[in-house]
Amino acid sequence: MLQTVESPERADALSSFRDQYLKALGLMLLSRVLDDKMSSLSRGGKINGGVFLGRGQEALSVSLGLALRKGDIFAPLIRDGAGRLAFGEPVIDTVRTYLGSALGPMRGRDGNVHRGRPLDGLFPMISHLGTMISVVNGALMARRFKKIEGTVGATCIGDGGTSTGSFHEAVNQAAVEKLPLVLVVANNQYAYSTPNCRQFACQHLVDKAIGYGVAGHKVDGTDLEKCLKTLAFAVAQAREGKGPQMVVAQLLRLSGHSAFDEASYVDAELKQSRLGRDCVKAAADHVLRRAWADAQTIRNFRDEAIREVDQAVAQVQREAAPDPYRENWCALASPHLSDGFEIPGDFQP
Amino acid sequence: MSITYLEAIREAQAKALADDPRVFIYGQDVGAFGGAFKATKNLALEFPGRVLDAPISEDAMVGAAVGAAIEGMRPIIEMQFADFSTPGFNQIINQAATLFWRTQVPCPITIRLPSGGTSGGGPFHSQSMEAIYAHYPGLIVMTPATVEDAYSMLLEAVAIDDPVIFCEHKYLYYHLKAPCLPTEAMPVGKARIARAGRDLTIVAYSAMLHEALEAAEEMAGDGTEIEVVDLRCIKPLDTDTVVASVARTGRLLCVGEAFPWGGVTAEVIARVATEGFGLLDAPPQRLNAKDTPIPYHHNLWSLHRPTARSIVAAARNLLQM
Repeated sequence: MLQTVESPERADALSSFRDQYLKALGLMLLSRVLDDKMSSLSRGGKINGGVFLGRGQEALSVSLGLALRKGDIFAPLIRDGAGRLAFGEPVIDTVRTYLGSALGPMRGRDGNVHRGRPLDGLFPMISHLGTMISVVNGALMARRFKKIEGTVGATCIGDGGTSTGSFHEAVNQAAVEKLPLVLVVANNQYAYSTPNCRQFACQHLVDKAIGYGVAGHKVDGTDLEKCLKTLAFAVAQAREGKGPQMVVAQLLRLSGHSAFDEASYVDAELKQSRLGRDCVKAAADHVLRRAWADAQTIRNFRDEAIREVDQAVAQVQREAAPDPYRENWCALASPHLSDGFEIPGDFQP
Repeated sequence: MSITYLEAIREAQAKALADDPRVFIYGQDVGAFGGAFKATKNLALEFPGRVLDAPISEDAMVGAAVGAAIEGMRPIIEMQFADFSTPGFNQIINQAATLFWRTQVPCPITIRLPSGGTSGGGPFHSQSMEAIYAHYPGLIVMTPATVEDAYSMLLEAVAIDDPVIFCEHKYLYYHLKAPCLPTEAMPVGKARIARAGRDLTIVAYSAMLHEALEAAEEMAGDGTEIEVVDLRCIKPLDTDTVVASVARTGRLLCVGEAFPWGGVTAEVIARVATEGFGLLDAPPQRLNAKDTPIPYHHNLWSLHRPTARSIVAAARNLLQM
């Protein structure tokens, strides 16, 4: 269906938003394909440890990644594959980290979602929830010391993570320091198996924002258009010096906690509700309804994503694994201060 | 003119701030107030905007330090008491200590821990946390026992590209004085022979060095020559200097103010047993605080931790073995 427009400016704005929407959809499809591939490799025994999927959270995550710019800081959480891709993380970094390639950013020393390139602004998460917020705060404080202006720091958390002490300390810290922080809370209704009713007792998680003295925004996390607009607004507010912004999205995790969790505990009614709809499918339907692209174009997005992911997997599977006998086993940047536990050649297979 | 251990810490921070624009201080009450112990007195005035009060949020303080370090800064975090580092423990051991290993990005942060007991401190203002931090890969742990080391090692801590846990002893803050600040220093990771002797080696660090030296002086009256080793830094631990001393004396007594289970004294004995078992003429011994929380009343506190008196008793016992 063609849109009726009133002015060239409005037409430009619409065209620009359409392009952004299509770009977001392409990244969401790529993220979904990548997730599916990691899940498949895991079931096939090719991946050690957990696989954590972003299924159902792509619209929210991609919107944050697209709202950020080069030079910003992003500390994603476990379901932010789409946001990572939008921020510029190459597909091969994901594959190399899951497969433990020595050529990956973590070189086999850490795996799965614990990946990043801190000097490029992409911070690798640790497993302890809430802890990345203050790390981003510190990076933003450093930029203030260095008089670097106009950059934003963003990080993500789930409903469960809002219960941690780290979350509380860090949001308060960001508010006290008036930092350009964007904190995205994906309320996906379950922290592993624990439902919202056993996680918090406030009416809505965004109600916490006012208590900390930060701006709060609500958004339907299954609606790409709303996510794109809300995240763009929140990031712009932070960039303009309006202080920390908390965005709380309502959505449903469309997978288990990890690839091996069947998620049998998820309420059937929730699955049937609007929260349970697949944001990727909803975004694709929206594109077709608005005639922003045809079905073949969307199939092409997906085919291209499959090709890119398959190519990355094929390449990484040919790469060398880390060699424990060539590892220096030194945790310090100052190796002359290591404590002498490393005795080269003391153990041979 | 003289300078105290506490003033040396203040002066080291002033020098670090003056010499390096990447340095800033972040902690509770460190700004205009100058810190609970005045270790940052007037620094906020001298270095505007670089000495920042933090909310009571040890977790977030350390997290922020890690983020700032990634961006190239060299933060100094003051924990008001070593005991209060436990709410920040997670960020120290999981975030700061793992960053370089995981990413090859250095994490040059210094975390100052006002440590150890003073009379009246009680269970929550007296703890010695060094062994817990030394357990984790990726951390350097310093335990200066002299004014000179407090100054030079703190400057080195700030310069090192790794997270440093700087355990400064509160009991030494005002008691210990030196004529002036040092102009040179031993390298980090090297222990020091604080007193030479040939009959028995006492290995100590932090405030226990002074109890050990007092014990050695008392025993010198009996004609016993005690060698006292000041570890200075417990991670890395200078095993060579300790083993060399045991080679001279044949007997080892290790003294620490921390709780007895595991810890620095156990580590030293394990290393000597592994690397210098044949040098020992008697079973190595160790003396620690008692295995209870640290008591409040002076009478209880003064017997809870090792003292010159209890060290003399332990040393005499060891000499008879």
